[in-house]
Amino acid sequence: MSYLEVRNLHKRFGDFVALGDISLDIAEGEFVCFLGPSGCGKTTLLRAIAGLDPQTAGTIRQKGRDVSVLPPAGRDFGIVFQSYALFPNLSVADNVGYGLVSRRFKRPEIANRVDELLRLVGLPDAGTKYPAQLSGGQQQRVALARALATSPSLLLLDEPLSALDARVRLRLRHEIKALQRRLGVTTIMVTHDQEEALTMADRIVVMNAGTIEQVGTPQEIYRQPATAFVADFVGSMNFLPGTLVAPDRVKVAGLAFACAPQDGLALGNKVQLCIRPEDVRVRDLSSDVANRVSVEVAELDFAGAFCRATLRVRTANEVTVNADFSSNLIRDLGVEPGRQLDIALPPDRLRVFAT
Amino acid sequence: MSLAAPALRAGLSRDDLLMRAGVAVLAVALLVMVGLPLWSLLAKGFEDRDGHFVGLANYFAYFSTPALFDSALNSFHVAAACTVVVVPLAFLYAYALTRAVLPVRWLFQGISLVPIFAPSLLPGLALIYFFGNQGFFKGLLGGPIYGFDGILIAQIFYCFPHATLILVTALSVADARLYEAADALGASKLRVFFTVTLPAAKYGLISATMIVFTLVITDFGIAKVIGGNFNVLATDVYKQVIGQQNFSMGAVVGMVLLAPAALAFVIDRLVQRKQVALLTARAVPLIPRPKLGRDLFLTVFCTIVAIGLLAILGMAVWGSLIKYWPYNLSLTLDNYDFATVDANGWGSYFNSIRMAVGAAIFGTAMMFVGAWLNEKTRGFAAMRGIVQLLAFLPMAVPGLVLGLGYIFFFNAPGNPLNVLYATMAILVINTAAHFYTVGHLTATTALKQIDPEFESVSASLKVSVWRTFVRVSAPICLPAIVDIAIYLFVNAMTTVSSVIFLYSPDTKLASVAALNIEEAGQTAAAAALCVVIVMTSAAVKALHVVTDRFLLGRLQAWRQR
Repeated sequence: MSYLEVRNLHKRFGDFVALGDISLDIAEGEFVCFLGPSGCGKTTLLRAIAGLDPQTAGTIRQKGRDVSVLPPAGRDFGIVFQSYALFPNLSVADNVGYGLVSRRFKRPEIANRVDELLRLVGLPDAGTKYPAQLSGGQQQRVALARALATSPSLLLLDEPLSALDARVRLRLRHEIKALQRRLGVTTIMVTHDQEEALTMADRIVVMNAGTIEQVGTPQEIYRQPATAFVADFVGSMNFLPGTLVAPDRVKVAGLAFACAPQDGLALGNKVQLCIRPEDVRVRDLSSDVANRVSVEVAELDFAGAFCRATLRVRTANEVTVNADFSSNLIRDLGVEPGRQLDIALPPDRLRVFAT
Repeated sequence: MSLAAPALRAGLSRDDLLMRAGVAVLAVALLVMVGLPLWSLLAKGFEDRDGHFVGLANYFAYFSTPALFDSALNSFHVAAACTVVVVPLAFLYAYALTRAVLPVRWLFQGISLVPIFAPSLLPGLALIYFFGNQGFFKGLLGGPIYGFDGILIAQIFYCFPHATLILVTALSVADARLYEAADALGASKLRVFFTVTLPAAKYGLISATMIVFTLVITDFGIAKVIGGNFNVLATDVYKQVIGQQNFSMGAVVGMVLLAPAALAFVIDRLVQRKQVALLTARAVPLIPRPKLGRDLFLTVFCTIVAIGLLAILGMAVWGSLIKYWPYNLSLTLDNYDFATVDANGWGSYFNSIRMAVGAAIFGTAMMFVGAWLNEKTRGFAAMRGIVQLLAFLPMAVPGLVLGLGYIFFFNAPGNPLNVLYATMAILVINTAAHFYTVGHLTATTALKQIDPEFESVSASLKVSVWRTFVRVSAPICLPAIVDIAIYLFVNAMTTVSSVIFLYSPDTKLASVAALNIEEAGQTAAAAALCVVIVMTSAAVKALHVVTDRFLLGRLQAWRQR
């Protein structure tokens, strides 16, 4: 039995469908990310799970208990918001202990628990300060400690890192992930940052326009995107328009490319042939390598650790392929605009989507 | 894709239920305080003196009686004239306060607020001393001061701070980048004024126009004191009800008075709704730089206006200290011994204090808790909509009209609430209702500024919303709560219009007493009572400013970074 079962969840605002028939299972102790562009319904789904904005229809079961119509106070979760939502007029210790006071803990017990939590989030001496005296990253740690204080079995994070600057965000990512592993608390995080989802999640739920596009591990989402949307939204991707001419063959601008057999698509269909820029091969091409193409380097954009090259297919000028080349490779092969190259698109790295 | 399962009904926690009950209670309270009195007034207009339904007969009578209809025209005439004078005057003054470098800017700002602390009859009394039959500058205006001229001048004094406050707000939200862009594009000063400054202040100007127009139309004190034979709507209501005991006709005049006020209110709300996000979060505030010619001109202008305002106040003060105007100008405090002119003596003043404190406590509690309930209750949209509507209604209703509605509703023989009639309680309730909208808006704005997720966090921590209200929301909004209380206190001290129908001999208020004393010909004592009211409300406001700076700062240490 999964820890959280979401079944046929719908949410409508008037005529607008915010969530359309969402079903999802989350296992105990899992770290799941809801990933998608703004307006895709990921926050709506999170708030429905919390009971803050109840769904229009559908059921939610937590640990086998039907919580679909329970108000938030009747459910078991802790929540952290992008805005931190710390009580500005209470000290950090009072914030963290806020949920403990009402549970009739004794004063020393509360103080101990607050100390323990503040040590846990790395702010052992912040107890007497007010939130406004802390940095954004510190405030978010306090919010995390407050959410964990009552030992909820489910932790909900609504874009917790979005308001922070890049460096702090990176550090907090690892800390949150490590903390989650240590406590083993089932966690759902909403984010629009694919990198965040890829590095933190055990499983990612990619959402678009109120529906789930794909559920999978970060590797699955990145390596085997199930839809063109996922392929486009997560990482960067080349989309080459073509036609399926055989079950394992796609024709793009007169060139035939071998790919894995496509079962679901009819022959003659218009398709998109996809490959990630870093999967384009240049070195050590044997003479019989599959999907060999002769190209000319049209542009070279410096991006720090690597260069993004725009390659124009020589026999079909309108078709371009982006490829990521390491600095070494550029130096070794003398890649520069105008230079002609042979590249290969490995069949096992090609994905085909219907258009 | 499966068909959607039947729609769910979200379960409610105990907090949800209690909050909904709170909203419902609030709706009923507002209905009793605002809705039903207005309904009684509306109904009364369709009855004859004996309470029989007569349809529109009273309205026909009203519009076919030239004497009555003329006062409507008079009201419009003087309101339009006052608006035309006050709005440009206040605009220039506000422009000087916000866009120029003035010496003692704070003093100019403070002086512009002085009239707010005075009952409206004070400028009327001062003008009598200046231009009345025995005034200093008698005849200087080419005619008697009683009538159009007197009302106009007194209204200018009375409305000036209201317009200035709105325009200062409108002009202080300026984006310096727009001015830099205009400068960089080589636009002339005049062009910048017409293309950047004026459009930004457009909504403020419309708002100020509506407010001034409404204030003049609905004010009672000034017209009563210095109107002479120049009848206006507000004095007609009073005459019909108090003078002729013709309640039905009073109700009709009240409805006629309500119409322009309500219309101005609707226009103002429509305009306010458009004024969103004029200033983005990224705007750079405009800080005026010194410019000799402009600053000198505006300083002179502000000085003249400030002297004008202070002269009117000063004349009232001086008049109150003079032994026997105009024959014996030696100074005395005799006029402050109110027992010689009014059986209540200083009693009415202490009634006013009691009433103002009561209204401040009761009103603030109701407005803040009410606004919080209405903001934070989950679902229940229809009832919350009703509360919102009833909370906005008082702004559109002139005090006289509301007061009249209170007579009809609370004095009705069958109404169990008629035990309240002629008590201090009804004055407190009426004052809270009359000024409900501004307090409600202030509270709502303050609540909207705090993080909307506090209640979500509390629910996840299983802490009741009430605890979060007491420990977090209310303390954070303390400055707004104090603002509302001070606003209510000052208005309760100065108001005449809505309470004039509701006091009993035991609960007579100072502002009403001043009016009665003046009517009895004791101008100096009336002025003295007005001066006491000004000093009280100004002192309370000054105390507020000082406390705000020193004590509240310490209480709210958490705001410091």
